[in-house]
Amino acid sequence: MSATQTLERPMAGSNQPAILLDKVNKWYGAMHVLRDVTMTVGQKERVVVCGPSGSGKSTMIRCINRLETHQEGRIVVDGTELTSDLRALDTIRREVGMVFQSFNLFPHLTILENCTLAPIWVRKMPKAEAEELAMSYLERVKIPEQAKKYPGQLSGGQQQRVAIARALCMKPKIMLFDEPTSALDPEMIKEVLDTMIGLAHDGMTMVCVTHEMGFARQVADRVVFMDRGEIVEQGPPDTLFENPQTDRLKLFLSQILRGH
Amino acid sequence: MSQTTAELSEAARDPVPSLAGIAAAPIVARPAPLTAGVGPLGWARVNLFGSVPSSIVSVVLGALLLYWGWGFLSWGVIHAVWSVPQTPAGTMDPAACQEAKGVGACWAMVRSQYRLTLFGRYPYDEQWRTGLVILLFIGLYAVSAIRAFWNRGLIAIWAATLTVIGILMWGGVFGLTFVPQDSWGGLPITLILATFGLAFAFPLAVVVALGRRSQNLPAVRMLCVIYVELIRGVPLVTLLFMASVMFPLFMPEGVNPDKLLRAQVAIILFAAAYIAEVIRGGLQALPKGQYEAADALGLSYWKKTGFIILPQALRLVIPPLVNTFIGFFKDTSLVLIIGIFDLLLSGKVAITEPIWQAYSTEMYLLLAGIYFVFCFVMARYSRGLEIELSRGVRR
Repeated sequence: MSATQTLERPMAGSNQPAILLDKVNKWYGAMHVLRDVTMTVGQKERVVVCGPSGSGKSTMIRCINRLETHQEGRIVVDGTELTSDLRALDTIRREVGMVFQSFNLFPHLTILENCTLAPIWVRKMPKAEAEELAMSYLERVKIPEQAKKYPGQLSGGQQQRVAIARALCMKPKIMLFDEPTSALDPEMIKEVLDTMIGLAHDGMTMVCVTHEMGFARQVADRVVFMDRGEIVEQGPPDTLFENPQTDRLKLFLSQILRGH
Repeated sequence: MSQTTAELSEAARDPVPSLAGIAAAPIVARPAPLTAGVGPLGWARVNLFGSVPSSIVSVVLGALLLYWGWGFLSWGVIHAVWSVPQTPAGTMDPAACQEAKGVGACWAMVRSQYRLTLFGRYPYDEQWRTGLVILLFIGLYAVSAIRAFWNRGLIAIWAATLTVIGILMWGGVFGLTFVPQDSWGGLPITLILATFGLAFAFPLAVVVALGRRSQNLPAVRMLCVIYVELIRGVPLVTLLFMASVMFPLFMPEGVNPDKLLRAQVAIILFAAAYIAEVIRGGLQALPKGQYEAADALGLSYWKKTGFIILPQALRLVIPPLVNTFIGFFKDTSLVLIIGIFDLLLSGKVAITEPIWQAYSTEMYLLLAGIYFVFCFVMARYSRGLEIELSRGVRR
């Protein structure tokens, strides 16, 4: 899984898009946090969303599995439109895995139980099968030996890898990452990014909010730049980073480059 | 990258990083300096006589403790009267107690009156049944305290035990004489009110707490808020009076649930409002991320609540929860104002007997002792539970 290996590009024109956002608007009270956000994510496409803090990128990604509700516009995930219909929501949440900035593992359950809970109770998988599946994913994120421990006994990087395994155990078609490395110590960022790169190689549809520009260059098919609630610019990572069209993106890039 | 793992771990132990370019020899780890004394004497030197003021306080408090301790020992044990002879008429002769009055305790009174205290006006020859009920309750608590039994089987154990307790108390079947509820009394009443009270109040409280936090059902939330605020705003005594006096006025002719049952319902409703607020505190203390992670995995509301939210929220509120439980165990004694013979009222009745009237101190000490044992065991158990449940969770 070397960094230079070329990634399989998504098939052009493959049936319906995995995610479709059409003129999505959202307000927190009087604050207009998402402004006419329109975006499609194709099957097996990998999209990195970046932008300054408060730009609405987390809100946007959280609207995709309705942790936040949008007030205007349409969001269609894997052919199902997100409405207040709970059954549609169940379907979507089953197909969409999410990884959070603060891991959000269940501290009172072991690593294995964290991974098997949803497959057993949502997917109605037999316990033995769910455990086998969980162990296979824990092996993939390289921590099968921690299965019997509790989240509090693991390092941040290990916890985040468990969180990825937990989401994968639901066999989602789409994975959302909400700043997965922002809460990690520098030496642990790489182990989480490596896991995500592995996922990208396996052809997972991914939407990832992150400031890791190296990661974006390596795996993203497209980078979306958001600022003040709107999508300002989007395109392949190299084009976007080398040749920013807007002052806002130029400013953002200069700020994060200075920070690194 | 030439460092070996041994060197790395040595470096990790060193709290002060060596300066770049200077190959400082690793500082060998030393044991921490002694801050606490060794052995009981060392402990006393550090903690009781660490400074002049603390030595003075220790000496004064120690002297007071010794003085009171000796006084109690002298009154309660050395000069106490343990038994009194029977008069030819068959009653007790309290002369020895009268002689020792003020110098020694009259435990003979307890020996003579303990059955009236523990079992109230329950028919004397049938009191083995109530004794058995007390043991059954204690056994039930003990079994429930063992975590290995925390499964569906426990509900069956509870149902079975409570049924047996009902049969023993009422009788009327299996050759047991029927004993109407008016004749029940003493410790079984207190245990019934407390056990049923908390066993029913707890699930009700969970529902109310969840309802009060509900975002999608504003009507349910309002109902829960009104319930909690209404009940909390009224003293338990008022509720008991309402249950005892007012409630029958609203019932159709002929329908008149038993006084004990009405008091029991009042206690359940009262306790549930308080426990609900405690549980709500736990629900609010949980990070939002736990709810979101459960949502993102597609868990339904009830599964999320049952597997993720409640186990963590309840664990957080064990100390205030047990505090409330202990409070309610003692509050059951308020039923005496509507004439239910719980432990306290039975004890008061036991000392109305003319020859024993002078010895209420001994009786109240006995009652306090019984309440204390139950409450103290609850407190100790909750402490152990807290430690056990936080194992592995705590960082």
